[in-house]
Amino acid sequence: MSIAATILIDALSYASWLFIVALGLTLVFGVLKILNIAHGSFYALGAYAAASFVGWFATMKFAPGWSLVAMLLAAVVVAALVAPLTERGLLRFFYGRDEVLLVLVTYAMFLILEDATKLIWGANPYYVSEPYGLLGNVEIGTQVYVGYDFLLVAIALVVGVAVWWGLNRTRRGKIVLAVIHSEEVAASMGVDVSRVYMGAFTVGIFLAALGGAFTAPMISVQPGVSVGVIIVSFAVVIIGGLGSIPGAAIGALIVGLARSLAVHLAPVAELFSIYIVMALVLMVRPEGLFQQTQARKI
Amino acid sequence: MAIKQRPHASPSTALRPGLVAVALAAAAFCAPATAQESYKIGIVSFLSGQAAESFGIPAVNGAKVLIEAFNAGTAPAPYNKVGFGGLKIEPVYVDENGGATQQVQELRNLYDREKVDAVVGYVGSGDCLAVAPVAEEMKKFLILYDCGTPRIFEDGKYAYVFRTAAHATMDNVALALYLKQRNVKADTFNMINQDYAWGQDSKKDFVLAMAKLYPNAKPAEDLLPKFGAGQYGTEISALMAKPADVTHSSLWGGDLQAFILQSAPRGLFKRTQVVLSAADHVLPGLGDKMPDGAILGARGAYGLMAPKSALNDWWWAIYQKAYNVYPVQAPYRMAQSLLGLKLAVEKAMAANGGKKPTGEQLAAALTNLEWDSPAGRIRMANGGGHQAVQETAIGKTRYDAAKKMVVLDDIQRFPADCVNPPPNMKSEEWLKAGMPGAKC
Repeated sequence: MSIAATILIDALSYASWLFIVALGLTLVFGVLKILNIAHGSFYALGAYAAASFVGWFATMKFAPGWSLVAMLLAAVVVAALVAPLTERGLLRFFYGRDEVLLVLVTYAMFLILEDATKLIWGANPYYVSEPYGLLGNVEIGTQVYVGYDFLLVAIALVVGVAVWWGLNRTRRGKIVLAVIHSEEVAASMGVDVSRVYMGAFTVGIFLAALGGAFTAPMISVQPGVSVGVIIVSFAVVIIGGLGSIPGAAIGALIVGLARSLAVHLAPVAELFSIYIVMALVLMVRPEGLFQQTQARKI
Repeated sequence: MAIKQRPHASPSTALRPGLVAVALAAAAFCAPATAQESYKIGIVSFLSGQAAESFGIPAVNGAKVLIEAFNAGTAPAPYNKVGFGGLKIEPVYVDENGGATQQVQELRNLYDREKVDAVVGYVGSGDCLAVAPVAEEMKKFLILYDCGTPRIFEDGKYAYVFRTAAHATMDNVALALYLKQRNVKADTFNMINQDYAWGQDSKKDFVLAMAKLYPNAKPAEDLLPKFGAGQYGTEISALMAKPADVTHSSLWGGDLQAFILQSAPRGLFKRTQVVLSAADHVLPGLGDKMPDGAILGARGAYGLMAPKSALNDWWWAIYQKAYNVYPVQAPYRMAQSLLGLKLAVEKAMAANGGKKPTGEQLAAALTNLEWDSPAGRIRMANGGGHQAVQETAIGKTRYDAAKKMVVLDDIQRFPADCVNPPPNMKSEEWLKAGMPGAKC
């Protein structure tokens, strides 16, 4: 297999994982205008919950294939329990306040959730690698890939299309778009904005948890898994444009490609390859690739 | 303005000034005795973040059981005096997470606010490089117990700072020697190391050691993922695209676990001889997910590779009883630092008429000191008597289904003088010169 094909497959695989997480981040920003620093903590919660759910399913003698369902269920449970709790219990009190304050609030949430996960699951690592081998291996030329990596690509595609469809082709989606466009006008038309906020936040958190849950089989789930993903997710949404779904997709692909090119062709540049791309994009389009330049409201 | 009127003094209140005076006098009189009753140690390690599970928490757990045994006087001789020479040990645990800048502030807090007598800490090489000059500037006693970068005492000179474990040069020299002595084919070798002080130094040492032992070996892929990368699919593809005879890595903790979990199913361990310089700590958790045949070190003769001794048996037993898992490298290194500190404090106290020693007295006592640890003899032989050398060991992994654990076969121990540079040479110079004076 040519080096170009290897670079492309690796880029696509990395971008898919990243897109699932970054999509949630950009959705929350698009609707709630919150730069959610705690997004990585929900990713970690998803990973921990998946570890627990897969373990329970195994204890109940479910067939190995059910572990994929267990991971999906884990993401649903995290979103259903934690997202409304944090949005209704904390974030809503800060809506309309300075954006910097909201960033600080989500940073506080990040710290709280970091300790909360440690209190619940402890500091020892969890291993749930069984699902990683479920789909076998795929040999392409000299390379051997794990089938599970391609499952992530499929999940990213499904999630991306579903969110796009939900926003652009459904009534509820149109309402969300109306809120994104102008919260005041939407409210004056009878839209329950706070409900839209909670719904969008829950979907965003579900995507973070989904990313974490399906990453769990590839890593040891332990304290600190939330940190790396949030930094690179921010790079994705900044490149694509905050709040833009196509932007998140293209941003993830660009980041994946930049990293893959660096690892294969210039490993010494791996660490900063993503940020060089981000800097270049910001130089040309400070608002990101897919974000419309907006007039400031006075 | 309201003026508080002083009430008439009752007999009891009349006595109060006198009682207070007596109490103050008693307190003043007792003050030196109180200070003698405890020896306060700041223990800094990762209690949160990515390094907590593999290094920080096991090390702190090791400190806890050992300090408990010291305070109870149940450690074997010559460590059987209660506490430190009769002074009860009072530990203050601090989280190393947060970066070097924060650690500098935390170190200052330990000395200035907590009034600790000594600090034992630091896993991160970057943290060690940052805090060592601060302790020196404050003239406060500091033991670096874990970090591996050789630069601490090779690029700096300290009076109050010590490292009670050997640096990373030993690990990589031992790996290369192990390969050579088994005639492992190594015409080419790939590397994957984290992009910070530890990874960069480990890589450099391995390349230099290989240049001496395998002069015709060619380094190929040289991958430097960031610390905490988590996703290694691209790196694994790169390593498999240009397969080498040997693949070297100093990855550790969650990064190493993720790398193994992602690369083993892709067959990397079957295509190349993987050698890992600091990997024993992932064995208990990974179990049967750890591929057979990987050659690994533990940055010392630790855990499954520890030499048989009564001290090691005792240490292994108290740790396993407390935490239901055997001790790996991080608690071993913590133990050897506390054992050394204990002997140094007691030696300095003996020279100080039984009183708690000053930082200077303690530093003088630890300089060039030697002591037995569960991992063998520790000698403060390098860095002007401030840098330890010790023996190390390398072994090969095999999952034992009957024992339900990974065991290490074909373990080879390397004497300290075989794998550490001599006192008068820097690691890099020693390696480039072909390791002169190595007594293997």
